[in-house]
Amino acid sequence: MELLSGADMLIRSLQDEGIEYIYGYPGGAALHIYDALFRQDKVKHILVRHEQAAVHMADGYARATGKPGTVLVTSGPGATNTITGIATAFMDSIPMVVLCGQVASTLIGEDAFQETDMIGVSRPVVKHNLSVRHPEEIPEVIRKAYYIASTGRPGPVVVDIPKDMTTPNERYEYAYPKKVKLRSYNPAVRGHAGQIKKAVDMLMAAKRPIIYAGGGVILGKASSQLTELTQTLGFPITNTLMGIGCYPATDKQHLGWLGMHGTYEANMAMHHSDLILCVGARFDDRVTNATEKFCPGARIIHIDIDPASISKTVDADVPIVGPVDAVLKEMLSLVKESKDKPDAEALGSWWKQIEEWRAFHGMRYETSPDVIKPQEVVEMLWKLTNGDAFVTTDVGQHQMFAAQYYKFDKPNRWINSGGLGTMGFGLPAAMGIKLTHPEDEVLCFTGEGSIQMNIQELSTCKQYDLPVKIINLNNQALGMVKQWQDMNYESRHSQSYMESLPDFIKLAEAYGHVGVRIDRKEDLEPKLKEVLAMKDKLVFVDIYVDRFEHVYPMQVARGSMKDMWLSKTERV
Amino acid sequence: MRRIISVLLENEPGALSRVVGLFSQRNYNIETLTVAPTEDETLSRLTVTTSGSDKVIEQITKQLNKLIEVVKLVDLTEGAHIERELMLVKLKATGSQRAEIKRTVDIFRGQIVDVTSSVYTVQLAGDSSKLDGFIQAVGTSGVLEVVRTGVSGIARGEKVLSL
Repeated sequence: MELLSGADMLIRSLQDEGIEYIYGYPGGAALHIYDALFRQDKVKHILVRHEQAAVHMADGYARATGKPGTVLVTSGPGATNTITGIATAFMDSIPMVVLCGQVASTLIGEDAFQETDMIGVSRPVVKHNLSVRHPEEIPEVIRKAYYIASTGRPGPVVVDIPKDMTTPNERYEYAYPKKVKLRSYNPAVRGHAGQIKKAVDMLMAAKRPIIYAGGGVILGKASSQLTELTQTLGFPITNTLMGIGCYPATDKQHLGWLGMHGTYEANMAMHHSDLILCVGARFDDRVTNATEKFCPGARIIHIDIDPASISKTVDADVPIVGPVDAVLKEMLSLVKESKDKPDAEALGSWWKQIEEWRAFHGMRYETSPDVIKPQEVVEMLWKLTNGDAFVTTDVGQHQMFAAQYYKFDKPNRWINSGGLGTMGFGLPAAMGIKLTHPEDEVLCFTGEGSIQMNIQELSTCKQYDLPVKIINLNNQALGMVKQWQDMNYESRHSQSYMESLPDFIKLAEAYGHVGVRIDRKEDLEPKLKEVLAMKDKLVFVDIYVDRFEHVYPMQVARGSMKDMWLSKTERV
Repeated sequence: MRRIISVLLENEPGALSRVVGLFSQRNYNIETLTVAPTEDETLSRLTVTTSGSDKVIEQITKQLNKLIEVVKLVDLTEGAHIERELMLVKLKATGSQRAEIKRTVDIFRGQIVDVTSSVYTVQLAGDSSKLDGFIQAVGTSGVLEVVRTGVSGIARGEKVLSL
């Protein structure tokens, strides 16, 4: 058997795990590992400018490919800088392994230079964390980390590696384990047949059914099963912000996404439904509004891989614990075999009602002859990219506009921090995608607030030639904060303005990229076309949009699903 | 409602902090907590008493089960069970108090395990309300120090929590 040092074993384990890229930043405690990385060429390392960005890059990669991302950082500040990124991945259940250097085991607890208890610090925001106690354990620990990160309900796993575990001159026998055995971790592989049968009976008997799908469908790679089931049943479908793309947005059965800034028709249909089939979603507060007023007439079937997500905020009548693809497949075959068919007459009048809601509002905004509306930028880019781009966002109004007006027909293309709401996510996530999808268009919708939270990554983009398109919807304010202040604090704009914005064009140029400013409505289309034509250039597009625009619809706080503001003056 | 949740946990460093962390992170309440290795040295047995609505308790058990190091758990209060807690109490014992305390200890079936001219140290086992009852009976003014282990529990009959 081969003899390898701990550091070489670590890199070999990554190779054997099939890892293509790792994103990271070197430092003292990780230097043995970085040296091992240098002496091979299978695993490529991307050097970021701040560790948080490394995690978001790994995250973007994971969301676009469905494979776990990998991060490598040093101890202390290197490790603590990853926390926001890890928490982002945790909230959205993104598979990821974060390898952290640590001071030598002999120094742990002595407040050594760059020592942080990363196991303790990361504990509340990881699916699991592991620490290496002997170099020989490394292959097994790495195998376990990827296994835990990518199975069941996925999530980030931190591995803490004290420096003396990777000492170059101490060598051990290397063998990468084929299997992982964890007696206490056995994610469900199929749903309960009796429960599925019961659910199908309910689907057939429903008068006003709706399918409510979430990010679990995308994580569980179940879009095709969901689409087939929805079309076989002929039911209306809505999805969460995280579920965007799990069902084609341009299909007529799709009501758009639901919740705080969801469509009028989706929220109305949810509220008035008599049966909700929830697939891989978690009744989050941004969806349900006040839970005690949530969908009073609806019975609920809830499919989720994570039993703790079921009946956490809203009680399920029929819980089904299992992987969504397997459960939907079983459901579909029962639906097809069933002698019963969905109640055509009831469905007909349900659809008639939904079409009325759709006609009453739908997604709309008012255009202006001289001001660029943020929504029209998104809509135009949707058309110019044929709805086929990878779209990342930061957090705020631009995120909601992008989600509302870019229609995704495929999964894994809408990439945003839904759960944690992390500003600074968009650019590094876009970079992670562009790296592995060089031929695809990758757009990052952002705002002048968010982009400055990780703007240093423009330098990384130069180093690795990552021609993403940054669409900065510049309203010269922290738009979503300002909107809330307009609505709830009598327009007292406390700290929601940024005076002294940089000249983003010069900034982009300083980093070696192209900057384009658009501040006249008539320039919007021609300039965006020019931007998209620059295939091999990162273009920072600084677009001056309406400073007073709000995101609508918006659910009324503490109301039910159906209580919404439709504009600054219309409330239903 | 008060519940006793009994957990088989991998006997590994950090496992206990994950359990305790979960409770504070999700705003669940811990009344007592005991933990020690079992006859199988790879496993620890942890008993936690907590309270909350049925919904909260359901979440607690589900969230505990999600921890990778939690092997198995049972809510003992769902069935017939035995619960015990051990208490050591130092009591001021001078003059006529000495006989009175001795009598009370006998009634509660405790033992005086250490004696000085002015202090009795009493050992008492039972369910938590019995221990509370003893403190009440002797009166808090005579109590110098109390140390309680927290609740341990086991199901009655043939039910067993094991691998």
